[in-house]
Amino acid sequence: MQTLSTPYGRLDLDPARLELGELVVSDDGVELEVVSLEPLSFEPAPEEAEDWGE
Amino acid sequence: MSLPLASRPRRLTVVHDRLRPEETLLFEALDRLGVEVERVYAPNWSWEAGSIDRSDQVVLLRTLSHARTLVLARLLEADGAEVVNRAAVIDRCGDKAATSAALAAAGVPQPRTVVAFSPAEVIRACETLGWPVVIKPVVGSWGRMVARCRDVDAVEALIEHKQVLGGPSHQTFYVQEHIDKPGRDLRAFVVGERVVAAIAREGDDWRTNTARGALVRGVEAGARLQEVALRAAAAVGGGILAVDLLEAPRGLLVGEVNHGLEFRNSIGPTGVDIPGEIARYLVSRSHADASSRTQNRRAGAVEAVS
Repeated sequence: MQTLSTPYGRLDLDPARLELGELVVSDDGVELEVVSLEPLSFEPAPEEAEDWGE
Repeated sequence: MSLPLASRPRRLTVVHDRLRPEETLLFEALDRLGVEVERVYAPNWSWEAGSIDRSDQVVLLRTLSHARTLVLARLLEADGAEVVNRAAVIDRCGDKAATSAALAAAGVPQPRTVVAFSPAEVIRACETLGWPVVIKPVVGSWGRMVARCRDVDAVEALIEHKQVLGGPSHQTFYVQEHIDKPGRDLRAFVVGERVVAAIAREGDDWRTNTARGALVRGVEAGARLQEVALRAAAAVGGGILAVDLLEAPRGLLVGEVNHGLEFRNSIGPTGVDIPGEIARYLVSRSHADASSRTQNRRAGAVEAVS
């Protein structure tokens, strides 16, 4: 496990087990989407957008 | 010894963006079948016209956005891939007016539906259908911006809101009779030619979407439910679909047909391995024989012209 600091809070995770598109939650409660593995990067993940859903 | 082309299974690809529980369950199900799957993260993908022949691929689209999914389907089909669901199916299911048109053309029962483009015609439609009416955006999901209107004042206020919001999707008015359903609606999960599971969604909100807190209960997929659901699925072009059904006094009516189905909350109540059913269907498509592949291409070609 590693602790990563992001502008949206800290993340405790194992970078080797992450997948593209996976959601992780920071200690500030912000949901982040894994958008790149190398380099590892995250973006805030909105809960919904206009044309999402079934 | 190499197999002749028609005997080789096609490669399976799943295109996704955010990994929801559905995508994780699908990958696990495909893994249990021992199938090799190429995973494509859509934000990292791009397409160049005519650059790749994908006729050896079956592609499952699991992207969140309707617009993105439709574009992906069109591009991948242009490259020769078999896409689940096909672009024409996504197009029909993502637009309620197009769904209603397809259901009407196939004679599938649905609530009385009127599409209008001006306030005067909307009000005339409401009075013809009888109060209350339900007005929905032609593109939208999870029950958002769906309104039940009980009188002209409510409809006029809604029209004004839509006009202020602007945008083409708010200038087409999709009006349906209100079905006084028994506190629930039904959903049939169609995979290929079969209804693999059915649920009832029950809730206090008149919009019984699980996204709005409706409770899910597994129900038996009776003969009539199966017949209507399969006819609805066929009407929009078939594939992997969720058909929503309303229990009206005059029988089962199709509310909508969803192409990007969510099923995480339906596995437990039904006891059906829905991701496993989808995975097996994909594998069967990857093994589809040459004649079936040809038929699929022909069907796509006809739809592209019509």
